[in-house]
Amino acid sequence: MEFPKNLKYASSHEWALDNGDGTVTVGISEHAQEALGDVVFVELPEVGSELEAGEEFGVVESVKAASDVYSPVSGEVIGVNSDLEDSPETINESPYKEGWLIKIKMTDATELDDLLDAKAYSQVAEEEG
Amino acid sequence: MLSSVRMKKTPLYDSHVALGARMVDFAGWQMPVQYKTGISDEHIAVRTDIGLFDVSHMGELRITGTEALAFLSFTTLNDPAKLKPGRGQYSMMPNDKGGLTDDLYIYMDAENNYLVVCNASNREAVLNQFQKLSKHYDVQIVDESDSWALLALQGPGAALLLARYVNEDLSSLKKNRKQTVILHDCMVDAARTGYTGEDGFELFCRPDDAVKVWDTLVAAGAKPCGLGARDSLRLEAGFPLYGHEFTEKTNPLCSDFAWVIKDKSFYGRDALWAKECSQRLVGLQLSERGIARQGYKVFSGDKEIGEISSGTISPFTRESIGMAWIDAAYAKEGEKVQVEIRRDLVEAIITKPPFF
Repeated sequence: MEFPKNLKYASSHEWALDNGDGTVTVGISEHAQEALGDVVFVELPEVGSELEAGEEFGVVESVKAASDVYSPVSGEVIGVNSDLEDSPETINESPYKEGWLIKIKMTDATELDDLLDAKAYSQVAEEEG
Repeated sequence: MLSSVRMKKTPLYDSHVALGARMVDFAGWQMPVQYKTGISDEHIAVRTDIGLFDVSHMGELRITGTEALAFLSFTTLNDPAKLKPGRGQYSMMPNDKGGLTDDLYIYMDAENNYLVVCNASNREAVLNQFQKLSKHYDVQIVDESDSWALLALQGPGAALLLARYVNEDLSSLKKNRKQTVILHDCMVDAARTGYTGEDGFELFCRPDDAVKVWDTLVAAGAKPCGLGARDSLRLEAGFPLYGHEFTEKTNPLCSDFAWVIKDKSFYGRDALWAKECSQRLVGLQLSERGIARQGYKVFSGDKEIGEISSGTISPFTRESIGMAWIDAAYAKEGEKVQVEIRRDLVEAIITKPPFF
C-alpha cells in the first residue's frame, strides 16, 4: 500500500499536502479508501467554511458504510473537488491525486508538525489491518 | 483478534481468502463481505450476468414426524399445507408479541419431512422456539446447519451456466422448487430460489463437496460475491432483512409481506392479528443527494413520522434507495417525505420496490 512521503497524515486517515503557499490540499489515504470500499457518495463543505483542526468537514460513503472526514488543520476552505459529486469512485481510483477532497488556507502552519509522516502513518494503517 | 478465534468458518473459508476476500465477523461466522473488485462490480454482475455467494452460514433445521405439517402450520405464518414434495415457500416465524422471531424458507422434501432455512443470527432463537412449541406434537427437530453448505448462484445467466454441469435439465424447474441433481460428481439439492431479485438457484451441498462445486462454478465464469452485494441486491429488490425491516417488534401484517400470513390458527395470532397498523413498511427513493441509513429519522414537514430500516445507493441504478417504517397515514406511493441525514432534511418519495 502506498503512502507518499511528501504528504502528512492524520490518524483519522486524512492526508494533507503542503502546497507551499500557506494552503494545503486534503484527501483520504489509500488505506481509508480501501477500508471503505466502493465510494458512492461524498458530501463536502462550502467554500468559505471555517474549520478547526480535527473538526468534521464532510462524509465519504460506500455502499455499506458512512465515514466522517476530519480536517487535519485549521483554516478556511478555499476549494472543494466538485467532480466527486458525479464520480465519487475517483476517491478509490486516485486517493492522492484526482480524488482530493478540499483545499484549506491554513491559519496556523505549525499544525502540520502535529501530523504523522508517511512512516508513522503506515504503522497506524498496519495496526488496523 | 480474540473475538475472531471463536468465529465459525464455512467450508469455503480458504477459497474466499485465496480470492482476496475481505472477511468480516457476521452472526458468529467469518464471512466475505466483498472480493477484490468490490461490491459494485459484484452487484452489477448479478444483475447482468452471474454471481455466486457462499451462504453456508444460514441455519438449516429438519422437521420430521407424523405431525410435522400441523406443527409447522402452527409455528409459521404461511400455509405449509400448500407444499408438495420438492416445493418450498417463503414464511415467517411469529413471536407471541405481534412481531417476528425470523423469516424463513420451508422446503417439503418428502411426506412428513421438511427443511427450514433460517438466518444465521436467529438459528438458536428459531430452534428454541420450535423446541418449546413441539411438546404436544409428534415431531423431531434436528439442527442440520453443520451438515449443509449453501451456495447461491444468481443472475440472468445462472440457469444456462448450471445446465453445463448438472445431469438433469433444470431449465423447467419452477420457482420455489427443489430437485436433487449431480453436479460434477457431487450430489446437490438445487432450489430455484434466491435473495437478489434475479433468476437463480440455491445449491445445498455436502460440506465436503462445497469447494468442488464453488471452484467449478467460479471457473465457469460466476463472479464470487460477498455479503455486501447480497445486502445491496436484496434491498434493490425490496426484500426485507431481519434486524432491519423485521424485528421482534415489527408486525409483518403492516407490510407488503402480509400475503405470507394465512388466516389459520398459529402461535401468537392474537397479538399479531389484533394490532392496528399505526405504522407501515414502505420503500423510498431520495430525490436529492444523500444516503438514508438505518436509524435515520423520517419527517413530513415538522412532524417526525418514522425511521429508515435500510438504505444505500444502488450500484446498478445509482439511485439512492431505502426502506422505512412510517406512520400509516403517509404510506402512499408518491408521497413526499424528508429524511434527516446528519443536519439536513433530504427530500424522498415513497416508492414501491423493486427499485430496478
